[in-house]
Amino acid sequence: MNQVPPPAALARPNTYRSGPDERGRFGAYGGRFVAETLMPLILELEAAYEAAKADPAFQTELDAYLKDYVGRPSPLWFAQRLTETLGGAKIYFKREELNHTGAHKVNSCMGQILLARRMGRTRIIAETGAGQHGVATATVCALMGLPCTIYMGAVDVERQKPNVFRMKLLGAEVRAVSSGAGTLKDAMNEAMRDWVANVADTYYLIGTVAGPHPYPAMVRDFQSVIGNEARAQLMEAEGRLPDVVVASVGGGSNAMGIFHPFLDEPTVRLIGVEAAGHGLDTEEHAASLSRGRPGVLHGNRTYLLQTEDGQIREAHSISAGLDYPGIGPEHAFLHDAGRAEYVGITDQEALDAFQLCCRTEGIIPALECAHAIAHIAKLAPTLPRDQIILMNLSGRGDKDIFTVAHHLGAAL
Amino acid sequence: MSRIAERFASLRREGRGALIPFLEAYDPDLETSEALLAGMPGAGADLIEIGMPFTDPMADGPTIQLAGRRALAAGASLPGTLDMVRRFRSRDAATPIILMGYLNPILAYGVETFCADAARAGIDGLIVVDLPSEEADLLADPAAAHGLDIIRLVAPTTDSVRLPQVLRGSSGFVYYVSITGITGTRSASQADLAAAMPRLRAATDLPVAIGFGVKTPAQAAEAVRSADAAVVASALIETLAAGLDAHGRPAPGAVDAVLEQVRALAHAVRTARTELAA
Repeated sequence: MNQVPPPAALARPNTYRSGPDERGRFGAYGGRFVAETLMPLILELEAAYEAAKADPAFQTELDAYLKDYVGRPSPLWFAQRLTETLGGAKIYFKREELNHTGAHKVNSCMGQILLARRMGRTRIIAETGAGQHGVATATVCALMGLPCTIYMGAVDVERQKPNVFRMKLLGAEVRAVSSGAGTLKDAMNEAMRDWVANVADTYYLIGTVAGPHPYPAMVRDFQSVIGNEARAQLMEAEGRLPDVVVASVGGGSNAMGIFHPFLDEPTVRLIGVEAAGHGLDTEEHAASLSRGRPGVLHGNRTYLLQTEDGQIREAHSISAGLDYPGIGPEHAFLHDAGRAEYVGITDQEALDAFQLCCRTEGIIPALECAHAIAHIAKLAPTLPRDQIILMNLSGRGDKDIFTVAHHLGAAL
Repeated sequence: MSRIAERFASLRREGRGALIPFLEAYDPDLETSEALLAGMPGAGADLIEIGMPFTDPMADGPTIQLAGRRALAAGASLPGTLDMVRRFRSRDAATPIILMGYLNPILAYGVETFCADAARAGIDGLIVVDLPSEEADLLADPAAAHGLDIIRLVAPTTDSVRLPQVLRGSSGFVYYVSITGITGTRSASQADLAAAMPRLRAATDLPVAIGFGVKTPAQAAEAVRSADAAVVASALIETLAAGLDAHGRPAPGAVDAVLEQVRALAHAVRTARTELAA
């Protein structure tokens, strides 16, 4: 009699790392849902990226910039006082906030700017929410001497003033977008409109693992340096893999970057932390996976916050970087496959965790990362002391002190 | 023969090009857009394009973005838009109606059900801006099953290698996006159009409509001298928007002003080729 494998084994693919397919899909998600005008451009980009990936000189050049300009590898830090305070699993931080420009965003910007140069593009555009991707883009454009225009929602311009000024100092033009709710989604719409009108010379430098293929895969590849380094560093420190990997998810680039090298390690739990805003069961959150439905926006099929009629809803989060009604398609795939878990953390929980991290570790985290810390504050005490949690501390929180001060009632 | 094919065949017999005016459903409210729709054939519309409002119209310029916002604020919905067309169809069996919009509201409605309901309401064709030929299989079978034409966009960036792939599966007509850009911004030059049309004609027997940046009667006339139809959208919406009061309600005469503009465009389109011959 033939042995029949259990249903779970039948459903489980041999690898979670093979996506996307030739249509740019991760399972049912991803794809290339753009207007015809842009279609030839993203096909050209895909071909250029494949050629660059296959060219050892490209990787050598990128590695040199990552080492000497970005400051990689970023350290792996055993958060001892936080671990002791929470009284459970050991917590390690992957210190992406120590990168040049203060966040993980620069990893992908560095890769994409070298690609844009290779493609002969002479003008760069980007969207930004919290401003971290805008700052990172403006930085690499200054480095390469390329003009750049950053689209930013008018609301975000207001709540992220320091980053707006940083971008301007770096020579970027910042265009405030007042259509829609004036946040990241609207900035992305406007950047795509710019691209469609300036196809000949412009490179659109997308900041997250979303958008039409090849962006989700390309940005993930450039961000996977985070997970690859952390894996090697943890093997060196502990001689083993982590039990849990935790990262915040908005569009999902910092989470994909640290998750991807662990996707095929069945013992490693992967947890993405979405912004639950005022609560998952309110109307004001940014939890696309927990509360959204599949649909198409910004070039890809993924989970979206939307009405019954398929109109896109406004997201809400205290963190501008998580304030997006969609999520990268690979996360949608990992969610449906059950390979990664996605949980929600409210604004208030993130604020509490922000302060906890400041006082126990002497690190001011970005509000985005404070969501991941807040989940760890719940999780770590439930786990034995010999377990290891690896967290992507993807950005520093200097940009957020005004928002935090406002919520704590402090005048600056 | 589909209503669209029939209309183009009869225009070819008449030896003239077509005017395709655009209106955004529910802009600024259902009654006004329905009055515009009802008045357009009498004002000289040969086919009519109806915009399906969407929160994130990525290919549209400020004029149509604002129209969409007004429409959504007025409670625009896809079922309501289909009902409007059903009422129109009970009085006008000949003028082809094309819905233009973005994919997500159609996905939310359900692709199969949407195609069935749209065809039943009397809609003849669909233009889905963010559904390039690479993803077209999603809509192709249900649309064909219900006799809906799928009208594809061809852009200046569509090269000759890609063109046959884009045209495969197109029906009704081909919509040539005459500029690289969003709606209602700049206009194509005569030289650009003169260069683009022979390439398209060589690749397809379908009628070709030119849109994006066609605003004035002179531009519409120019378009139908080389193409089969001119699509005018933002210029009409600007006229409508100018006729709204401070609360966004249509002032008396707002609909008439738009229809008057359609009349002028239609006159230019209908005389474009005879003037050229004269």
